[in-house]
Amino acid sequence: MFDGLQEILYTLRQNKLRTLLTAFGVFWGIFMLILLLGFGRGMQNGVMDDFGSDVLDFIIVWGGDTSVAYRGMGLARHIQLGQADIEAIKNQIPGVRIISGESSTSNGKVTFEGKNSNAGIHGIPDEYFKIKEDVPFNFGRKPNQLDVDEIRKVVVIGTVVAERLFEPGVDPVGQEVGVKDVVMTVTGVFYDKGNRGGNSEQVFMPLSTYRKLYGSGERIDMIWLRPESGVDGFELEKNVLELVKRRHSVAPDDNRGIRSFNMAMPAKRVNGLFTGITVFIWFVGLGTLTAGIVGISNIMIITVKERTREIGIRKALGATPFSIVSTLLLESALVTSVAGYMGLVFGVGLLELIAFGLRSAGAKLPYFMNPEVDFQVAITAILLLIVVGILAGLMPAVRAAKITPIEAMRAE
Amino acid sequence: MIRLSDIHKYYRSGEQSLHVLKGIDLHIQEGELVSIMGSSGSGKSTLLNILGVLDSYDQGSYALAGHSVTNLRETQAAHLRNKFLGFVFQSFNLLPFKNAAENVALPLYYQGVGRKERNYRAEQYLEMVGLSDRKHFMPNQLSGGQKQRVAIARALVCKPKVILADEPTGALDSRTTQEIMSLFKEVHRLGNTIIIVTHEPDVANQTHRQIYLKDGRVTTADQVHLQHEAVAI
Repeated sequence: MFDGLQEILYTLRQNKLRTLLTAFGVFWGIFMLILLLGFGRGMQNGVMDDFGSDVLDFIIVWGGDTSVAYRGMGLARHIQLGQADIEAIKNQIPGVRIISGESSTSNGKVTFEGKNSNAGIHGIPDEYFKIKEDVPFNFGRKPNQLDVDEIRKVVVIGTVVAERLFEPGVDPVGQEVGVKDVVMTVTGVFYDKGNRGGNSEQVFMPLSTYRKLYGSGERIDMIWLRPESGVDGFELEKNVLELVKRRHSVAPDDNRGIRSFNMAMPAKRVNGLFTGITVFIWFVGLGTLTAGIVGISNIMIITVKERTREIGIRKALGATPFSIVSTLLLESALVTSVAGYMGLVFGVGLLELIAFGLRSAGAKLPYFMNPEVDFQVAITAILLLIVVGILAGLMPAVRAAKITPIEAMRAE
Repeated sequence: MIRLSDIHKYYRSGEQSLHVLKGIDLHIQEGELVSIMGSSGSGKSTLLNILGVLDSYDQGSYALAGHSVTNLRETQAAHLRNKFLGFVFQSFNLLPFKNAAENVALPLYYQGVGRKERNYRAEQYLEMVGLSDRKHFMPNQLSGGQKQRVAIARALVCKPKVILADEPTGALDSRTTQEIMSLFKEVHRLGNTIIIVTHEPDVANQTHRQIYLKDGRVTTADQVHLQHEAVAI
C-alpha cells in the first residue's frame, strides 16, 4: 500500500504544474458548491428570521366591509366580530388548538415621568401569548388568567416602548405607566422581532381590562387561532370563514366581508422557493464540479497516453492489469479527494469567516444571515468526490490496462 | 526449456491478413545461449514477442518451462513473465524517473517482495554488472552501456528461467557491444538460458547456436558452433 502510494507520488511529482491545475479544477468545483450552498442557507436563515417570533401556522380572522349584496342587504356593510364568534368556532369546528380574541386601538399614548411613546394598545385573553409562544420575555411575566379574571390594570410592553420610556438600567417591571391616561403597572417586557421590531411597538393588557376601560363590550377586532398538530391549516381556515360568514350573513363568495390571513401560506411559499433555490444551487454547483472532474478524466487520458511506454515496460516486468488499473484509479481518487477536501475546508472556512464578520460587525443584511453548511452535506460532498474521482480514472485506467507491451514499447 | 511447435501468426488489418510466422518449430534447452537472426520483416521480433508471452499466436503450441502458454489471460501472462522471463531491450526501457537501483528492484515490487529485500537484491545484481557505485544515478546520467547493464541486472533480479534480449546491442558502439556481450556470456556461465535477437553477425557469432529466420520460417539452426569457434580464434 505504502509502495503503491509512493509510485503514485512519483508520477504526480513528475508533472507538478499539471497536477496542480487539474486539482484546482476539482478544488474550485467543491469550493463553489460549498459557497453556493452556504449562501443559499444564509438567505434562507435571513428570510426565516424575518418571520420574526411568529409560529408558522397561525391564522387571523377579522371583519371588513361586505362587497357582495346578500340576503337583501347592501354593500359596504361593516362586519364586527364578537366574543360569540369565538365561542361558536370553539364549539362547532374541530381541530382548533388555541383560539384567542383581540381588541385593539392602533394608536395610543403611553407615558412615564414626562416621556411618552405611541404604541398599539391591545386587549387580549391569556391564550394570546400561546399563539405568540416564541416571543421572548426579557423581563417580567406574560399576562395570565388572574389578570383577566380580576380585571387588573396591568400591561406588558414591547421593548421599543420600554426604551422610549425608561432610562437604560431602569427595570420597567413594577413601574407605573400611563396608558391613554390610565395608570397601569408594567408586569413584563417582550421582544417580538417581527416587522423589524415594529411588533415590539405594542402594549398588551388583559381583555377584560381593555373592555372596561374602552367600553368595547363583547366586540372583538381580531380572532387568532392555531390548528391542532396534524390538522390542515388551510382546511381549518376555510371552515372558520364559512362559519363566521354564515353567522354574519356574509355571502360565501365575499372575500372582503370577513378577511383572513394564514401564516402557513407565505411559509409554504417561502419553503417552496427555497426548495427551488436549493435545487438550482446543486445544479450549478454540480455543474462546476463536473467541469473539474472532466478535467481530471481528461488529464488521466493524457497521462495514460504519455505513459503508454512506461505502462508497457511495467507489464513486461510482470505488472498485472489489476495493478495498473488500481494504481491509476488510486491516483485519480487521490488527486480528487485531496483537492476536493481542500475546497471543502476553504469553502467552509470562508463561510465561517463571513458569518463571523457579520456577527462581530453587528451588521444586519436584509434577507441574509448566518451562512452555513450542514455537516451531512459536507460528508455527502466528500463521498461524492471519492466515487467521482474513481469514475474519472476508470475510463483511462481501463484503456491503460488494454495496452499491450509490444505496442507500448514501439511507441516512441 | 522452450518448445515451440508449428507456431503460426497472422496480422490482420482490415480485409488483408499478413501471415508472419508460417510454422515455427523450435526447441531450446536449459542453459543454452542462442541467437535469432534474420532480416527485418523476417518475423524475428514477432517470434520474440511470442516467446516473451507479450503476444499471442494463432496456431500451434508453446511450452515454457513445462507450462503450456495457450490462451492465457492477461493476469496469468503477467505472472508468467514476472516469474520465468527477463527482458532486455534495444532501447533499454528503464523508467526515467527511477534511479538505477529502483529500476532493478521494480520486478520484485510486482512479485510482492518487501522493500528492504528488494533494495538488497537490487544492489547485489548491480554489483554483479559492475555498477554498484552508480546505484543512485538516474538513467539520464548513465551511458548507453551502463543503461543496458542496469537493464540486464533488472532482467536477472527475479532469477528468471529465460532471458530474452531484443537487439540488446543495437544502440551501442562496438566497444560497448563487446562489453555487453561479455556480460551476457558471464551470465550464461552462471547457468542462465539466454535468447538474443540480433541482426549483427558479430553478436550472433558469439552465441552457441544461431537460428535464422526467413519469411516466417526457420531456415537453418545449429551447425554454427564450429563457425563460431573459428571466428573466435
